[in-house]
Amino acid sequence: MNVYPFISEILQIAIVLGCAPAFVGWVRMLKCWSQGRTSPSLLQPYRDIRKLFAKDVVLAENASWIFRFTPYLVFGTTVLAGGIVPMLSIDLPLSATADAIVLVALFAIARFFIALAGMDIGTAFGGMGSSREMTIASLAEPAMLMAIFTISLAARSTSLSQIVQVIYSGQSVLKPSLAFAFLAFVLISLAETGRIPVDNPATHLELTMIHEAMILEYSGRHLALIEWAGMMKLFLFMALGAVLFFPWGIDASGSAWGVVLAFLFLLLKLAASGVVLVMIETGLAKMRLFRLTEFLGSAFLMATLGMLAYYILD
Amino acid sequence: MMLNPMNLAGGAVWLLLAMAVLAMFLHRNQPLLVIASFSVSAASSLAATAAGVWVVGSNITSQAIMSIGLPDLPFHLRLDPLAGFFMTVVGLLSFIVSVYSLGYVKGIALQRTITRMVIFYALFLAGMFMVILADDALFFLVSWEVMAAASYFLVFFEDERVENRRAAFLYMVVAHVGAIAILLSFGVMSGLATGFEGFHGYTFDAMREAQFPAAWATAAFLLAFFGFGAKAGVIPLHVWLPEAHPVAPSNVSALMSGVMLKTAIYGIVRVTFDLIRVFPWWWGTVVLVFGLISAVMGVLYALMQHDLKRLLAYHSVENIGIILIGIGLAMIFRSFNLPLLAALALTAGLYHTLNHAIFKGLLFMGAGSVLHATGERNMEEMGGLIHHMPWTAALFLVGCIAISGLPPFNGFVSEWLTFQAFLLSPSLPSPLMKLLIPMGAALLALTAALAAACFVKAFGVTFLGHWRGHHTLHIHEADWFMRVGMIMAAALCLCFGILPTLVIDWMDNVPEQLVGTRIGTTAGAFGWMWLTPVAQERASYSGPLVFLVTLSVIVIAYLLLHVRAGSIKRVPLWDCGFAKVTPRMQYTATAFSMPIRRIFGFLFSIREQVRLNPQAPHRAFPLRMHYYLRVRDRFWYWLYKPIVDISFWISRKAGRLQQGRIQTYLIYSFVTVIVLLIFMR
Repeated sequence: MNVYPFISEILQIAIVLGCAPAFVGWVRMLKCWSQGRTSPSLLQPYRDIRKLFAKDVVLAENASWIFRFTPYLVFGTTVLAGGIVPMLSIDLPLSATADAIVLVALFAIARFFIALAGMDIGTAFGGMGSSREMTIASLAEPAMLMAIFTISLAARSTSLSQIVQVIYSGQSVLKPSLAFAFLAFVLISLAETGRIPVDNPATHLELTMIHEAMILEYSGRHLALIEWAGMMKLFLFMALGAVLFFPWGIDASGSAWGVVLAFLFLLLKLAASGVVLVMIETGLAKMRLFRLTEFLGSAFLMATLGMLAYYILD
Repeated sequence: MMLNPMNLAGGAVWLLLAMAVLAMFLHRNQPLLVIASFSVSAASSLAATAAGVWVVGSNITSQAIMSIGLPDLPFHLRLDPLAGFFMTVVGLLSFIVSVYSLGYVKGIALQRTITRMVIFYALFLAGMFMVILADDALFFLVSWEVMAAASYFLVFFEDERVENRRAAFLYMVVAHVGAIAILLSFGVMSGLATGFEGFHGYTFDAMREAQFPAAWATAAFLLAFFGFGAKAGVIPLHVWLPEAHPVAPSNVSALMSGVMLKTAIYGIVRVTFDLIRVFPWWWGTVVLVFGLISAVMGVLYALMQHDLKRLLAYHSVENIGIILIGIGLAMIFRSFNLPLLAALALTAGLYHTLNHAIFKGLLFMGAGSVLHATGERNMEEMGGLIHHMPWTAALFLVGCIAISGLPPFNGFVSEWLTFQAFLLSPSLPSPLMKLLIPMGAALLALTAALAAACFVKAFGVTFLGHWRGHHTLHIHEADWFMRVGMIMAAALCLCFGILPTLVIDWMDNVPEQLVGTRIGTTAGAFGWMWLTPVAQERASYSGPLVFLVTLSVIVIAYLLLHVRAGSIKRVPLWDCGFAKVTPRMQYTATAFSMPIRRIFGFLFSIREQVRLNPQAPHRAFPLRMHYYLRVRDRFWYWLYKPIVDISFWISRKAGRLQQGRIQTYLIYSFVTVIVLLIFMR
């Protein structure tokens, strides 16, 4: 039995767990610089998580088991998702357990439980956050599926490894359909990971917050798990975009040197995607909730155009 | 007598019919009646399930002729894999619901006599089994009517309330309009099978052998689709569903929504794939389009509801839509001669049929427990039930996750298979369909996501937060029979979700019978852990691994973090330093769906008013606000109201003929005779 894929699998999960806070630190750092502020260190997110793990949990009196179970579930599904997206090597054992649609569903079940936890305490904020989050998710889902559909047309598969392999082997680099799918993917990622212009991760202003409203009552290790999972989700979406649309450097040969090289490439691509993310976030203002239909509608349109482009141009 | 599936299924039907008769004699001893009748129903449902599993698993077809019926027109019975599959679906849920009813009906029996319910419950089950067993048009329609009439009386059970009587009447009308269409459809087919002079075309065998001219086949299909669609609740024929399901007793709503609608799906599949067999591609498109409309509109209407059972009823419309999407795709693929893809789409549709029966049954049983405990159907008056009913809450949550199409439960697998079928549509030869069918996939994704939103609302408002109601009754947990029923359904949700390969392998004989190919060889090519519908490179899903990996990460994280015991502090809710937070300040069901109501508002007829109390000293300081919201089904005004108005208008005009004077009536007869003499010379 070949142990090599299992090693790269474990390595990859470790990278997702370990590097996600650094990536968030990097984005925050860039944001501070772009706004002319002095930034905290790259390691600040690690310190935040460590602090939260050390603190006691303060729980509302009527919190049910759902409220306590949610952080673990969210963490669990996100770690599994981290094992599915091929980042370093195409040959991943866990990658076959789930294709792109299952990956979307894994994020959906995490969202389902966070939304329930938001309603569990019975405050108005929690319900408001849950309602908004589920509305945005239901508008983002069709666009997401269309993007997957367009990519799967080129690769004739919804399996992530297979898609990466086909795109990597040069059968369909720089096709117009993929360009449209990429644009759609960028818009959807902003919505799914709760970034500006859809949601502002830094705000606690009652009228604008969405994700933060749902997790407002969390504290201690529960909050740490949810924050960490949120960081991993951002990391995963960025890595997914980098791997699907710019798969250069990923290891297809199966050598140790290839994995190291793939890791360096991944770091470079992520650093660049952080820059793009910050440029989008500083250039745009947060949208009103009811303008989001247009935002996500245009994502859907992009993905559909991608599909048309595949039939007409490719 | 040898034990074979036909005897087993027939025995189940006889047992149920006997129970319906016996119930009359047990009228005096109500507690005994509950135990006896529902035990018998459970036993016979189990027998029917066994027959179904047997027939599908070993791919046998057995036929029988009963010497009952009209002279020279005996009843024909037949159990083939398709019938066996639906027999299993109906039997499985009937068994679970019968166990549940042992506890649920005991509670009702304290308030009123339940003899009537018991009789019609047994007849209802017998009717459903007979519909599936029937192999001729006559027996099919007789059974269909037994089923419809029995369920009418079950909806009518609590007849002292006006809304129940109205709902039952509406149901009866729609059911009969549908039955007429089915009758006409069978009439067309049997007439074309052996000519309109004889009667012997009424058996399904005769129809199977016949060659139908294209135009007549289309007429038969459209009539059948209309008739069965009325029973299945396909939009726009769905109006009876949200009226009838909420008012029926919850065990009956579970059966009506979970399996009675499925007999209509059975009818559609039977007529198209088995009786007519050869059809053009646009039939599939009709089914697909109606499926998509039902799915999206059903879930949107469900989001607007705040009556728990009404919400679930609209979700049945949605899920019937998803099933029809699978079947419509299978029809399209088959007409373009792509048997493997047709088998995949058909498996997706049928698997969703099975799954929907289980999780919708579970949800209605959960809603029944809530209704039983609180006496309340309005979600706006509930909240915090998870603290009073932990079992019901956890089991209802399983149903919510399953129906939202989320892993690891069963709803996800069938929706995933439907997506895979959609993603294979580029193999179709027609360019237009290549472009348009993926839009359907986007609509299905929208449906699934909206369903998740709807069940966050349903579960969150009902079970989480604080109790919103004005009265605080002693809320009690469901009793053990009810719990066991729900536990069985929830366990099946999980099993069908993480072991789909075993189920697909078992039901593979159904696509084999209908489209001539099986997908089990590819779907289970990598063992029971891996579901690979077409090929491993194409797509794969491993339910057990997804479940186990997530579970182990959760357990590891939990163990690592619980080294420090007792570090959780329970404190009162933080109210930001203002006045005390009251339960009325929570988000309500109406508030939760407000963004979606605003985005998709053009699909509903909405009346929203905010009125300030005029006695306030100033507009800026209102003493009270009055908020009024009414969301209505547009179809009622567009489609039904005009028909109702016209029929009333015609009957009023016709009523003028009736004057009560014998002389006038004699003139009518005289004129009629003269007219007849002139024309019929």
